[in-house]
Amino acid sequence: MAQAINVEDLNIYYGDFLAVEDVTVTLQPRSVTALIGPSGCGKSTFLRTLNRMHEVIPGAYAKGSVEIEGSDIYGPGVDPVNVRRRVGMVFQKPNPFPTMSIKDNVLAGVKLNNKRISRSASEELVETSLKGANLWEEVKDRLDKPGLGLSGGQQQRLCIARAIAVKPEVILMDEPCSALDPISTLAIEDLIHEMKQDFTIVIVTHNMQQASRVSDRTGFFNIAGTGKPGHLIEIDETEKMFTNPSNSQTEDYISGRFG
Amino acid sequence: MSTPAAADPASTAPEQDPAQSPEPGGSKAVAGRRSKRRPGDMIFTGLSVGSGLLIFVTLALVAIFLTVRSIPAIRDSKELGGGPDAISLWSFAAPLVFGTVFAALLALIMAVPVSIGIALFISHFAPRRLATPLGFMIDLLAAVPSVVFGLWGGVWLVPKMQPLYELLNTYVGWFPLFGGDPSTPMRNLATASIVLAVMILPIITAVSREVFLQTPRLQEEAALALGATRWEMIRAVVLPFGRSGVVSASMLGLGRALGETMAVLMVLSPGATFSLHILEVGQHNTIAANIASQSAEATPDVMARLIFTGLVLFVITFVINALARAIVSRSAKS
Repeated sequence: MAQAINVEDLNIYYGDFLAVEDVTVTLQPRSVTALIGPSGCGKSTFLRTLNRMHEVIPGAYAKGSVEIEGSDIYGPGVDPVNVRRRVGMVFQKPNPFPTMSIKDNVLAGVKLNNKRISRSASEELVETSLKGANLWEEVKDRLDKPGLGLSGGQQQRLCIARAIAVKPEVILMDEPCSALDPISTLAIEDLIHEMKQDFTIVIVTHNMQQASRVSDRTGFFNIAGTGKPGHLIEIDETEKMFTNPSNSQTEDYISGRFG
Repeated sequence: MSTPAAADPASTAPEQDPAQSPEPGGSKAVAGRRSKRRPGDMIFTGLSVGSGLLIFVTLALVAIFLTVRSIPAIRDSKELGGGPDAISLWSFAAPLVFGTVFAALLALIMAVPVSIGIALFISHFAPRRLATPLGFMIDLLAAVPSVVFGLWGGVWLVPKMQPLYELLNTYVGWFPLFGGDPSTPMRNLATASIVLAVMILPIITAVSREVFLQTPRLQEEAALALGATRWEMIRAVVLPFGRSGVVSASMLGLGRALGETMAVLMVLSPGATFSLHILEVGQHNTIAANIASQSAEATPDVMARLIFTGLVLFVITFVINALARAIVSRSAKS
């Protein structure tokens, strides 16, 4: 299920503005890669190019290649809709569909993909997905209640359940805990640990402790200044990045000398 | 629509307050005892309360006028006309009510799907270069006087629709709406409804577009990130989000269609039946068009009857609006 992601010479644009320049990196399967860096350095933008969500913004596009399972998602004739079905995403703020019940939220992706699904299969999928998101015990008695009735942390785990229900190969998380309290954050971090058995996970975070807690490898993005493109400065084992980084910019950042 | 506008000046009034009173500890005084009466405040309060009351008074005056002046018609409900032509108030008013509601509903059925389509096109499909001028054009359509629509409908649309009507009548004539015996010129309810539909299109489109544009970006991205196509995203997120807005927009349109006078008057060849045959000429009329065409040379008796139909129209639009409010507030809660 989990697949490596090979990114080569990726340049990301908003219209004429080059936002991220020349990223070449391999993201390992069955592991968690954290992306850190100061605000506006392009780490979220980079994350959104991995499932072609970047181009949803008018005028935004990316050049280069991103290979997942040997095929370039920016290749000619590739439908972004199909890419997004293989690469799930969790957003900064929990965004369950407000008009849908908990159960329908979990099944939303499956139903969108136009798969006919039997009642028993859908019940099973709801249970495994919610269990996979550590939410089953809390909501099993109220699956037909609206998803908005849950707490923020529960909603975010519901969104994770929704993302894993379509059985993607990769899960992208864009600061998934930034709107959550510490207890809920802990629940999500535990979940990320369990999920890496099955998925390739890429997480953007502003919280360096979080990066060091959850990730196997950490990538550091930086910009030379406002209006300049962001670069991937360094990526390495998380432990090495936080104890003995090769690049002086990384060291300055993690030791709190700027950013 | 007029209530929030009336409330606006009242809500801005307190904001002006601190600017006028730079004295320290002012907030304490406000919290503690009654604050000093400031002239600006009093004028503002008076103006906004007065404007609010004015609405009530006007509405009450209209309702009283309609009720009082239609009393003679209700009292002598069986006598008017005399001889073989005499008709009761009921048989005078009921076909008009039927024609009014029927025409408005037909217009709504035609206008709502098209409006939703245009609104979605502007909000989610068109490139911005195209969306903005298109939005302006829709608003412009709302500003065209109804007389102009009436002229267009009566002079241009009636002959143009004739081949289609004949086709419908020949091949789908078994369906009640298209049955009957259409004759030229086709100044029938179908054409009148089409003109009405064009007239209510802008308001429904404009309100729907505003609601669709307010769909939270995060919700849309949630659907897209799950692998939704644009249409699937709209069906899963945008339409459920905009539902109550579309309902209230449609009710606004319905209200306008119910009361529209000139367009119907200039297109429709009137009649007074309960016929479902919208292609047949001389079968229907609406309350508003009937009042406009007859009031100029009405005897006092007839006038009372016309005013009575006016009262009925007043009540119908009132009920429609109340219904719209109820639907909107219910879906806003859930």
